[in-house]
Amino acid sequence: MASFFEMGGYAGYVWPAYAVTAVVMGALLVASLRTLRNREAELRVLQQARPERPRRRQTPAAGNAEAAGDA
Amino acid sequence: MHRFANPARFLRLAAVVMPWTAGATVLLIAAGLFFGLVASPADYQQGDTVRIMYVHVPSAWMGLFVYTTMAVASATALIWKHPLADLVAKSAAPIGAGFTLVCLVTGALWGKPMWGTWWAWDARLTSMLILFFLYLGHMALVDAFDDPTRGARAAAILALAGFVNVPIIKFSVDWWNTLHQPASVVKMGGPAIDPSMLAPLLLMGVGFTTFFVTVLFLRVRAEILAAKIRAIRLTQVRGQGVG
Amino acid sequence: MTRKQRRLYFVVLGMLALGAATALVLTAFNDNLVYFHSPTELAEKGVPPERRVRIGGLVEKGSIQRDGQLVRFRVTDMVNAVPVTYNGILPDLFREEQGVVAEGKMGTDGVFVAADVLAKHDENYMPKEVSDALKASGHWQDGKEGGPKE
Repeated sequence: MASFFEMGGYAGYVWPAYAVTAVVMGALLVASLRTLRNREAELRVLQQARPERPRRRQTPAAGNAEAAGDA
Repeated sequence: MHRFANPARFLRLAAVVMPWTAGATVLLIAAGLFFGLVASPADYQQGDTVRIMYVHVPSAWMGLFVYTTMAVASATALIWKHPLADLVAKSAAPIGAGFTLVCLVTGALWGKPMWGTWWAWDARLTSMLILFFLYLGHMALVDAFDDPTRGARAAAILALAGFVNVPIIKFSVDWWNTLHQPASVVKMGGPAIDPSMLAPLLLMGVGFTTFFVTVLFLRVRAEILAAKIRAIRLTQVRGQGVG
Repeated sequence: MTRKQRRLYFVVLGMLALGAATALVLTAFNDNLVYFHSPTELAEKGVPPERRVRIGGLVEKGSIQRDGQLVRFRVTDMVNAVPVTYNGILPDLFREEQGVVAEGKMGTDGVFVAADVLAKHDENYMPKEVSDALKASGHWQDGKEGGPKE
């Protein structure tokens, strides 16, 4: 097991490479999800404030997509 | 193309596709990590540093693939004026920039022990750095105007002009003497990689692609919502002006 | 012609013009875009001493002599070879018959004094057992891979 982490003496290069990949891809995913959630919340507030807007017709589609994303 | 240009239809499609691409991403990357780090041998020359290849090369592929996606979306937006195409290009840029950054950093981490240097100004490395700057330029330009359509058009022109860099990156190792070695997987006469090493490479490559699709759809959805929010705000302002 | 067609032609023509311009520029600057020169190119062109250049090729078999930190070896492209001296730490991949790029100056005595030595590796990846098996069966292509291209 110890030899697995040593990576043949190249642990100082192999593990940082995987760490950088994980951090960048994780940050992309988290930032994208967070933006989406914020916009969904903002849109909900706006639509509640003006329920007579014709845009209301599109709410079910957005609602479905949101539900699937949460699942 | 027109079928998917409709935002409501896109949202329905995304809701169906995303759970699958997200699930596939988890499975493919888990398998890629297992084969890449545990179940594959060290290279006869490069020892265990060859394992850096399983994140370095797929992220390089993605850097080029995402840019190509962005260029196609930009051409579609410029010529056929599909509103969704602009959103796809805008959403793809940060993902491509991320993959290109990963490629550059992991490449440095691979180059130091094997070549003896973190960086060399050879044609392959330099053209990849230019790709990274093209992504950053696109991200800056798209938000540089008060009017989003003007920003989108300027960014689309940059994306198309920058596309000349993509074949340069791909063929730089064939056209010029470089420190970087030539292509191993996509080459005449088949891959020059042992099957035990090709497996984790391809698993990661497909996994990164499904990751890109998943995150792209998330971001496009967020952009559609942003457009809706803008439209509502605009009618509110107008309503207040009239009343 | 519809507006869409006009925009389409405009984009296609723009891309073609840009591609042609790029190709011309790259051809014109070809000498500056290569990372290193082969020993044959250096011999043909002649490099003024005190000008920093990079030479690339294979480390000639049996040419490595170590004298403490000082290393002497010959860089070959199978046609011409250049003797090189280098005082410093070599990369892990520095081996006989492996690709190498040396950066430094050509001495008046015809010996290249390297300030930096980088290893170049080839595009073949395989486990050690496979390379041993290839060598044992005589299918190993010695010196053919890993070197600089012509």
